[in-house]
Amino acid sequence: MKVGIPSEIFPNELRVAATPKTVKRLQKQGFEVYIQHNAGIKANFSDKEFEEAGAKIVQTAADIYSNSDIVLKVKEPSLEEVDMMKEGLVMLSYLWPAQNQPLLQKLADKKVNAIAMDAIPRISRAQKMDVLSSMANIAGYRAVIEGSYYFGRFLNGQITAAGKVEPAKVLVIGAGVAGLAAIGAANSLGAIVRAFDTRKEVAEQIESMGATFLTVEIEEDGATSSGYSKEMSKEFIEAEMKLFLEQAKECDIIITTAQIPGRPAPKLIMDYHVDAMKPGSVIVDLAASTGGNCAYTKNGEIFTTPNGVTIVGKLSQLPAQASQLYGNNLCHLLDDMGKAEKWKIDMEDAVVSRAMVTYNGKINWPPAPLPVSPTAGGKAKVVPPTAEEVKASDAEKSKKESTSMLIRLAVVGVLLLLVGKYAPAEFIQHFTVFILAVFVGWQLITNVAHSLHTPLMAVTNAISGIIVVGGLLQTTDDISNPMTILAFIAILIASINIVGGFVVTHRMLKMFKK
Amino acid sequence: MFIVKEIQTAAYLFASILFILSLGGLSSQESAKRGVLYGIVGMIVAILATVLGQGVAGHVYIIGAIAVASVVGLMLARKVEMTSMPQLVAILHSFVGLAAVLVGYGSYLDPKSHELTGAAHTIHLVEVFIGIFIGAITFTGSIIAWGKLDGKVPSKPWSFKGLQTMNLILLLVSTVLGVFFCNAEGTGGMLYLLIMTAIASFVGVVLVMAIGGGDMPVVVSMLNSYSGWAAAAAGFMLGNDLLIVTGALVGSSGAILSMHMCHAMNRSFFSVIFASASLAPKGGEKKAMEGEVTSLNHEEVAGLLKEAKSVVIVPGYGMAVAKAQYPIFDMVQTLRKAGKNVRFAIHPVAGRLPGHMNVLLAEANVPYDIVLEMDEINDDMPNTDVVMVIGANDVVNPAAQDDPGCSIYGMPVIEAWKAEKVIIMKRSMSAGYSGEDNPLFYKPNSEMLYGDAKDSVEKILGFLKG
Repeated sequence: MKVGIPSEIFPNELRVAATPKTVKRLQKQGFEVYIQHNAGIKANFSDKEFEEAGAKIVQTAADIYSNSDIVLKVKEPSLEEVDMMKEGLVMLSYLWPAQNQPLLQKLADKKVNAIAMDAIPRISRAQKMDVLSSMANIAGYRAVIEGSYYFGRFLNGQITAAGKVEPAKVLVIGAGVAGLAAIGAANSLGAIVRAFDTRKEVAEQIESMGATFLTVEIEEDGATSSGYSKEMSKEFIEAEMKLFLEQAKECDIIITTAQIPGRPAPKLIMDYHVDAMKPGSVIVDLAASTGGNCAYTKNGEIFTTPNGVTIVGKLSQLPAQASQLYGNNLCHLLDDMGKAEKWKIDMEDAVVSRAMVTYNGKINWPPAPLPVSPTAGGKAKVVPPTAEEVKASDAEKSKKESTSMLIRLAVVGVLLLLVGKYAPAEFIQHFTVFILAVFVGWQLITNVAHSLHTPLMAVTNAISGIIVVGGLLQTTDDISNPMTILAFIAILIASINIVGGFVVTHRMLKMFKK
Repeated sequence: MFIVKEIQTAAYLFASILFILSLGGLSSQESAKRGVLYGIVGMIVAILATVLGQGVAGHVYIIGAIAVASVVGLMLARKVEMTSMPQLVAILHSFVGLAAVLVGYGSYLDPKSHELTGAAHTIHLVEVFIGIFIGAITFTGSIIAWGKLDGKVPSKPWSFKGLQTMNLILLLVSTVLGVFFCNAEGTGGMLYLLIMTAIASFVGVVLVMAIGGGDMPVVVSMLNSYSGWAAAAAGFMLGNDLLIVTGALVGSSGAILSMHMCHAMNRSFFSVIFASASLAPKGGEKKAMEGEVTSLNHEEVAGLLKEAKSVVIVPGYGMAVAKAQYPIFDMVQTLRKAGKNVRFAIHPVAGRLPGHMNVLLAEANVPYDIVLEMDEINDDMPNTDVVMVIGANDVVNPAAQDDPGCSIYGMPVIEAWKAEKVIIMKRSMSAGYSGEDNPLFYKPNSEMLYGDAKDSVEKILGFLKG
């Protein structure tokens, strides 16, 4: 099967749907790979590298679209590009099906089977092909890096000979993949990081990345079954706005990541928030392309407000890195669909059936809902026992233990009495020694370190060779006496045991060193 | 140049003290070597005191036997590879068992012992009987354990319904034989003794056959304990306090060691010995596996390691089988030179012998201060970037914590899944010794790396250095 990768024609799109590494991977999966001339040039991958990886270079996009079985793309195709596609082609790219109805219709008319990578359901199994997550990860990281570039100070606090530097305060709004990545990056640069999200369940994730979870005093959870957050009530939003105002006065960098699928981004940072910020502060708006979370955001632009706040509405895509991750996501999906050998479009499959937005000339959008997401709900509440209860149960336990101990001691005592009554004196003497030795052994071994268990065993093994004494006592000068023969063999094997055990222990212990 | 009885007793007392100090010395790495020295001196004192004592004859044969045995023992111990240490220990246990049987027969044949009368005579006969019984079980049990560890006997538990009933019946039969034996005149009880030896040998075989390879650490230390009891029983029949003390020391230390092991597996001692837990899970629905298994190649793993700051390696029996400890240490050194925090996490029952992993790592020169126990490292797991699980399975199985239907539920495990990334090096997707599927492999943050552990580590090392 042939996989084709055309150049991206959209001027701001620097990524490419395959890198030399993923080309190798595609070939391993059994595909022949064709790539358009200079497709990777903007992401710093030359034709030469692709050729070395085993791809064949094709001059025009038309060749790619008419000859391939599967086309890998990043950006949604233009209507002209769709015109070039052959019937039955499988195309993988971003499509934003909710916003691009005419494009879907056109794809369906051309009988192209289009998979929208952005429509891959967000379930555990599909994580490895979730392009939104992998791209959001980059965006979150980049937001901190670019935000700190426009911010004219250190992010970490320092005490130097030249004076003390306060650490910067970073507020991250929205703790999805991008938000969490931003928290992680800002935290590792040394900033004080706070994060806000309407979903209570992410508090733990936020804290695990090193940020403080901010919340409002209103009981309302924004979590939904799709994993995105819903829009909140009026009271909640008012409280939220108040919180943001307080934070805006304090924070140096605000990174917003709130998006609602298929709708314009919610406005979270209002004009009065921006006006309240200190000069030199920075807002990085990751939702710029869907209208922005900040009232002032201009998509694709970076500008400074009259009060000196820089608002970043565009980010570098890190094209090489992004292409690599995106390419891997594509490879995982192809892997899932059976690779070249067992290639199959399985419309029963939960992932494929939802991402395949046009199939056999029909539009397959919107898909059936698929409730997922790690919800915090449904956990049974465990009521910890009160201090008195614990005390009471402890007391009861120790009482029980002491009675059973008493009973046991009584039984042992009676048994010993019986032994003393009937056994001869010599036996009692040996028996005493025996019991005491058992206790000594018990006490000794309780302290032995785990790591020394093997040497311990080898040593006890060698020592148990003491049975040799039994053999020694039984030998006589008469070798024809069966007793002597038995004793002889006993001495022989017990001695092997003694020597072997000690030598091997010594060997082992020699190896232990700090 | 005979020494008097009093001097001999004093020497025995001295030897006993030395043995106690020897075991005590093994409680820490620093004093362990001294411990072995105490043991050796104690043994020499004990043997000399016995040989020089009154009434011992046949010095030529004694010296001959000890000389031959020393050479054999030395060769065995020098030649053995650290990975086959469990086998050696097991086979040495069988020697003690056999010696105990022989000493028991010898004592029965000894005309002196029949000069006793009344209760003393009966007690002596009981001692002989019990000594031989324990000795025979130790002997055959250890041989089977050796076979299982060496791969000569299939390590899968071999058992059938009614096994315990059968063992119980055999025990009763032996008791009855014992009664006949004690009532027999002179050496007339020899036949009963022989039948009992056969029964005990059979019980030893069946007992160990029924235990799976994963439970071997418990069995080996249990047999160790038996060999001690056998020696103690011999001490009783010969009226020798040194044998009693030493046997009891070994016996009780082996017993507590087995209990430690069982505790680490959250199994009761009896369930391991009677192999019931491996047959019937404790109820509750078994959870189905969710998610998908993803795998990486060596280069990608090397890449992950290069980026990690903190790495934890969890070795298991697979590492021992592949003899991967040397390349692993090379890899650890390379990573440590690059400023990474690399540590080992050892589960108490990893491997086939208590402390097996520690010995193997020590063999490869891994400093013991970076080798940590499960409890020491579990709290650190969430701060770890990469966990490499090398040939271990059950000891990192999250089902032990969250799936009541799983047969190892409740066993403490190394919480590898809490780390950022888990790499599992394995030969295939097969289950561990418990036979339980491992949900860890299906977690989104875990990746498989298939292949022989040694090859894989060497390849990763290549990429790390290159």
